[in-house]
Amino acid sequence: MRAAIEFFGDFFYLLLDTLRAIGPALSSGRGRLLAWRNLWIQMNRIGVESIPIVSLVMFCIGAILAIQIAPEFAKFGMVPVTADVVALATFREMGPLVSAVVMTGFGGAAIAAEIGTMVVGEEIEAMEAMAIDPVRFLVVPRVVAGMLMMVCLTVVGDLAAMFGGLVASVLLLHLGSLQYTQHALAILKVGDFITGLAKAAVFGVLITAIACFLGLKVRGGAEGVGLNTSKTVVFTIVALILVDLIFTSVFFYLGV
Amino acid sequence: MPEPLIQLQGISKYFGDRMIYHDLHLDIFPGETLVILGGSGSGKSTLLRVLMGHLKIDAGHVLIRGRSLNDMDRRELDSWRKSVGVLFQTGALFNSMTLRENLALPVREHTDLDDQTIDLMAQIYLQLVGLREHIDKLPAELSGGMKKRGGLARALMMQPRILFYDEPTAGLDPISTAQIGELIMNLKNKMGATSVLVTHDMQSAFQLADRLALLFDGKFAAIGSVEYFRTTADPLVRQFVDGRLDGPFINPSDQCSYKAELLGRKLHEVPHGKKTT
Ligand SMILES: Nc1ncnc2c1ncn2[C@@H]1O[C@H](COP(=O)(O)OP(=O)(O)OP(=O)(O)O)[C@@H](O)[C@H]1O
Ligand SMILES: [Mg+2]
Repeated sequence: MRAAIEFFGDFFYLLLDTLRAIGPALSSGRGRLLAWRNLWIQMNRIGVESIPIVSLVMFCIGAILAIQIAPEFAKFGMVPVTADVVALATFREMGPLVSAVVMTGFGGAAIAAEIGTMVVGEEIEAMEAMAIDPVRFLVVPRVVAGMLMMVCLTVVGDLAAMFGGLVASVLLLHLGSLQYTQHALAILKVGDFITGLAKAAVFGVLITAIACFLGLKVRGGAEGVGLNTSKTVVFTIVALILVDLIFTSVFFYLGV
Repeated sequence: MPEPLIQLQGISKYFGDRMIYHDLHLDIFPGETLVILGGSGSGKSTLLRVLMGHLKIDAGHVLIRGRSLNDMDRRELDSWRKSVGVLFQTGALFNSMTLRENLALPVREHTDLDDQTIDLMAQIYLQLVGLREHIDKLPAELSGGMKKRGGLARALMMQPRILFYDEPTAGLDPISTAQIGELIMNLKNKMGATSVLVTHDMQSAFQLADRLALLFDGKFAAIGSVEYFRTTADPLVRQFVDGRLDGPFINPSDQCSYKAELLGRKLHEVPHGKKTT
């Protein structure tokens, strides 16, 4: 119990520390260029790799949703409403969540392993010995990159899912592509977009922050790196679902 | 006598139950080269960590120019760390960066020098340690000794007046060893650098040291000049310096439990057979 409280305490301390360090990391005169270059590298590493997988997975999920739902609506002669449901489910829920899970596997695990290896190789200590703050130098660019790329990935994933739904509808449900598109566009409100992307941004922070945190906590050689890398994936997925639940409840309560 | 630069006052440090230091005292004076001797695992590398403020100690004070590390805020601690160049036992180069980038990093972070100047400095320091032709290699492409020399070059990039070396010559060939020895000597003579040097190599220890300190069982068993270490009859010093097999210098934690463990029993079970209840 105490260990758990300490664990969460440490994690929130790292989050606070990251917030504190964002300002200096991105603005202080000399460090600026370095920080931006770092951010750019991290965005590529964390996000770009995940794009093909997210597209593929979300395409399939869109198609699956359409095929699962359509028969129910067909009973009432309302097949086109399938597009509405696919659109809502995707933008509000599946888009951010599935993209986040994919990014956890790609970016999260890679970050934890990378930082863990740096701990084992005394690199973090060497950094501190040079008065370079590892939070500012390592954590901030990764967390900011995670947040930005998560939002981008979610947009890509949303579109892929809609496209998957479209393909399934046209091929299997004999729905016109125009009809599908019109229905989807009509049902979507700005709020659906915003809530989905807000979630995505928070997920991005969560994924990278947990990965950095567990990476920095690595003790004891290669074994420790492996252990904390798999811990990262498990913890992150649990955390994602919990935070998602909280978000959804709050949005429900607020009526957005 | 000048004011000490660094003072260790009654340092105690435990890793779990394992005692590393108990009531350790040491003064380090500006401009001197102090060599730390001690068996493997006696806490030499840990001592450098304590001096940098990386490791919390369980008791005592580390004073830097009279100011305790414990009392320092982030900025003070950073400025202390910036003024010290540290060579880690493994070199601790950043594996994702080439030697060039490794050397450039601290200077880029802490100064306004332009990239060309920084690059020039990197080349100069790599030349000093004999690695200039490897400037664009990643640490993974270097041997252990080369990494260590790279780490030394990086430690020098900020032109520190205080240097901590953790076994700078271990694993180097005799020529590189001589080269690094001369480099350390020059830093001392030309820049008046204060050095704390951990080494097992008695020859370079005697060559470079102003004073030596022998770490044994959580304390400094002997602190003295080269002359003292060469001539004293202190059996501990003699055994370590001359590399003899017999003497008081046994790994203290292993000493008594070894036999018992081999016999499959715990030490505390051995003396009195059974307990009365
Ligand atoms: N982070 C740590 N956690 C637990 N024990 C540690 C830790 N770091 C070091 N130790 C222990 O402290 C003791 C001293 O370690 P240290 O690295 O300072 O030895 P050393 O004198 O530098 O040895 P060597 O000459 O082999 O480098 C060792 O017994 C080691 O097992
Ligand atoms: Mg050591």
